[in-house]
Amino acid sequence: MAETRTKTPEPWLDPHAQAYIRVENVTKRFGTFVAVNNVSLKVFKGEIFCLLGGSGCGKTTLLRVLAGFEQPSSGSVFIDGQDMAGIPPYERPVNMMFQSYALFPHMSVAGNVAFGLEQEKLKREEIDRRVEEILDIVKLGEYARRKPHQLSGGQRQRVALARSLVKRPKLLLLDEPLGALDRKLREHTQFELLGIQEKLGVTFVVVTHDQEEAMTLSSRVGVMNRGEIVQVGTPRQIYEFPASRFVADFIGSVNLFEGQLTEDEQDHVRVKCEELGTPVYVDHGMSAPPLALCWVAVRPEKIVLGRERPAATDNWTHGTIHDIAYMGDMTVFMVKLDSGRKVRVTQSNRTRKPEEQFVWDEDVYLSWDASSPVVGMG
Amino acid sequence: MSARNGKRTPGSLLTRPWEPLWQLFHRLRPARWSAYVRDHWIGKPLVTAVPMIWLVLFFMVPFIIVFGISFSQSILAIPPYESLWGWVDDKVLTLRLHLGNYNYLFTDTLYVSSYLYSVKVAAVSTLFCLLLGYPMAYGIARSPPTQRNIFLMLIILPFWTSFLLRVYAWIGLLKSNGVINNILMWLGLIDQPITMMQTDFAVYIGIVYSYLPFMILPLYSNLEKHDRTLLEAAADLGARPWKAFMRITLPLSMPGIVAGSLLVFIPAVGEYVIPSLLGRTDQLMIGRVLSDEFFENRDWPVASAVAIAMLVLLVVPIMVFQRYQNRELAHK
Repeated sequence: MAETRTKTPEPWLDPHAQAYIRVENVTKRFGTFVAVNNVSLKVFKGEIFCLLGGSGCGKTTLLRVLAGFEQPSSGSVFIDGQDMAGIPPYERPVNMMFQSYALFPHMSVAGNVAFGLEQEKLKREEIDRRVEEILDIVKLGEYARRKPHQLSGGQRQRVALARSLVKRPKLLLLDEPLGALDRKLREHTQFELLGIQEKLGVTFVVVTHDQEEAMTLSSRVGVMNRGEIVQVGTPRQIYEFPASRFVADFIGSVNLFEGQLTEDEQDHVRVKCEELGTPVYVDHGMSAPPLALCWVAVRPEKIVLGRERPAATDNWTHGTIHDIAYMGDMTVFMVKLDSGRKVRVTQSNRTRKPEEQFVWDEDVYLSWDASSPVVGMG
Repeated sequence: MSARNGKRTPGSLLTRPWEPLWQLFHRLRPARWSAYVRDHWIGKPLVTAVPMIWLVLFFMVPFIIVFGISFSQSILAIPPYESLWGWVDDKVLTLRLHLGNYNYLFTDTLYVSSYLYSVKVAAVSTLFCLLLGYPMAYGIARSPPTQRNIFLMLIILPFWTSFLLRVYAWIGLLKSNGVINNILMWLGLIDQPITMMQTDFAVYIGIVYSYLPFMILPLYSNLEKHDRTLLEAAADLGARPWKAFMRITLPLSMPGIVAGSLLVFIPAVGEYVIPSLLGRTDQLMIGRVLSDEFFENRDWPVASAVAIAMLVLLVVPIMVFQRYQNRELAHK
């Protein structure tokens, strides 16, 4: 789904492009606790940038720094070229959608949405027109007179979205925007969000702990861990080329092996892993000292199960099927290797032929393409 | 369990004679006693009966007695009023209601002016309590949780001393050769002592001082529950702090304002001690009139009529309060 948006130019690859948000060495401390640690970040106009990380990783704090609710302990934030130091939230060209939605309980839906426009001292007719317009976009036109407590969770979420969009901000901050919704509604609203973002051309910065949400929504993802940004990239880059063991492990599921570099050439590397019988051959080079210790990551869906012993000398191993979880579109196998190590393998269920299905305790050979494994140090 | 399921073999009545009874008991036994009490008729009436009996005994019955006396006539006897019931020719039971007492309240200007004065004093005092109490309650609600209890303790602390003593203490502060006048004269700010005793000013000071906690506590309990992200949302949408307060905090604290205002206004209307000790002698408040009518004039019927009229006067604000409470309940 991220594919649809890569057609648009990728400003982060252009060294001369002007970043819309520039976060420079921002650190935020609460007492002795460092919530955000020396973070630098560039977000470009029209992007949907996701800050992804577990709870307590500092992603919400960083968002609140952008909104102006927290002042950074050090470092600076520029939005549209303007230094945000000392500028209060009510003077920033930024709107935020709160995780709890923070709808005003004593105002109707229309009252909530109109609030921001009233602060701009617009004419009543202008306000009414724009409120009506945005409520139509989020499909809440009929609910204008309801109070928040008379709405469902999904409707409240859309009121919060309408309220933050009605001021036509250049930058919209979303804190776990879909967190409170059930699965069906989440998927639906995700695409609604994308549609609205494309229609209005707003830059989104989204905070989420849900990688699926980050993958589907974002043009780029910043993975955060312990107050630091550990990797920034497109969803595809983050998934296929994790820069560190943490990212590989955090995004999706992965089989991680410890190994030692035995061959390190320009066009390939060979890694010896105790837990896999054969060496791992990777078709891209890396530069590391000889015999360095490294890790190898192979995604479950990139491993192929077979009954025949592969002819190649590397990139395969042998084991028995320990556990099977049938998911409908695919099946998850836990395969116990000869070394005792358990490996996760997913196969898509392409046919209904019984002879193609693997059963418990069956001997299988696991193999993968030389382009699949990711090798990294540290 | 097994007895209940009937799985256990009945055995013989000779070896287990209690078995049929045991099974019957299990069949009739409610699964959980608490659920039984909740679901059946004994629970709810029992719980509501206690306050109901209390209200009937100590509110309804005295009210009906006073209401009855207000239709009677004053006589020299013990008790000093005529019975409403009487026998005509020893045969016909008659009920005699004198509406004259109520009529009298309107003919003598003393009563109307006392009522109006009481309402005015109570209203002004309530306003001052609100103006003083709101920032205090707001400050306490916004202070760190560890400090809040200390502040609340300080608000309640004066109750450790008798209310009467604290009002007497104000006499020492306010009188012509009292603490305030002496300090001001010593500083050279005034040559002549300012007359503060027996003025409206002294009554306002007394009432505001005494009733301030009743304003602060309900306001605090309301403000403390406010969701702070609402103010962040308002700021995010471009509202300056003062605007956010006026549009978000103030409307959301209305139930607290109403509760606090009624808790001050209602007792202040009928206040007796404070105006008697600090207030004017040429203009009485209705509480004082009521007491004089009972104890000085010994005219119980008129005193009862005054009391009933005062009650009617206070029922309006109580009903406003009830409406707000119901509306708040409906929100939850």
